[in-house]
Amino acid sequence: MNNYILPFIVFLIVIYGIIKKCNVYDSFIKGAKEGIEIAISIFPSILAIIFSSRILISSGFIDFAVSSLEPILEFLSFPKEIFPMALLRPISGNASLSLMLDIFSKYGVDSYLGLIASTLQGSTDTTLYVISLYFGTIGIRKIKYSLYAALLVDLIGIITAITLVNIIF
Amino acid sequence: MINIIWFSFIVVGIIYGIITGNISLVNEEIVTSAKKSLDIFLGIFPTIVLWLGIMTIATDSGLLKKISDFLYPFLCKLFPEIPKGHESLGYISSNITANILGLGNAATPFGLKAMKSLQSLNKDKGKASRSMITFILLNTSGLTLLPTTVITLRSINKSVDATSIIIPTIIVTLVSTISAIILDKLFNKVIK
Repeated sequence: MNNYILPFIVFLIVIYGIIKKCNVYDSFIKGAKEGIEIAISIFPSILAIIFSSRILISSGFIDFAVSSLEPILEFLSFPKEIFPMALLRPISGNASLSLMLDIFSKYGVDSYLGLIASTLQGSTDTTLYVISLYFGTIGIRKIKYSLYAALLVDLIGIITAITLVNIIF
Repeated sequence: MINIIWFSFIVVGIIYGIITGNISLVNEEIVTSAKKSLDIFLGIFPTIVLWLGIMTIATDSGLLKKISDFLYPFLCKLFPEIPKGHESLGYISSNITANILGLGNAATPFGLKAMKSLQSLNKDKGKASRSMITFILLNTSGLTLLPTTVITLRSINKSVDATSIIIPTIIVTLVSTISAIILDKLFNKVIK
């Protein structure tokens, strides 16, 4: 099923273009040229966010934050093994992915923690990356409430994921 | 805001690294992070070029306009500031569709085009417009209904049922997206 989605979309677009008497090749080249400009313009935003988040992660500060918040997590009955991943999910997609694999190998793919980690990774996005990429590329400085709201949504997502795994499995 | 976060990440990281003696790790990251960014960039660069090429066919043939007109009754509720028939609606529709289908790599170029196009409607070019924030919140809330990467990694790690997480993932995504829409409306009323 999954293998049909992309070919179908490409097929549909090309066929529709030909029916409407479009020069599909010229359109493609025109768009690809513009794509190069857009792609190059996003590199500084990628570099900036990777640079700063890698410094923070490598300093060990995240581990420190996790261990100092442990009593609170226990009080809230939040599985503490998930916390580092939940904390990193909005900051770095790669870091949270490797923490998910870590949880897989430590506790098992189909364990309670493995299921929460999978759901979390699949259902939420790298909020900070998306925000800095999208706003950074068009030069927006004042992002108003977007970051708070997005992080609040992430928190709601994390709580929902944990609750659901408790209910379903 | 991004300014403050970026600054704090760097300062907190370096100071904490010095205190704990992890500074050699921090040093290594400073040296290698540019290369890492380039790897990520090279990973998405060809996809952006390819998909903007394909999407331009859909724009020139009028297909994108058709799709966005079809979705307009739904989109105009989310984005009341965008005039009917504006090109940004087409890019927003393609971005949302690509996200829902789990084509994250294709969603990014459409999203960037949508933001550029929304910027042309924006009165204050340095400040995020209402529609931009709604669009960003929809994107960060996930939208993905088919978590293909996670499913693949689960089966590689010998899960007995790699796809068992599809239903909880869909529910979490729905909850997140609905709360994103509600919070956006709420915050917009409170914070002007």
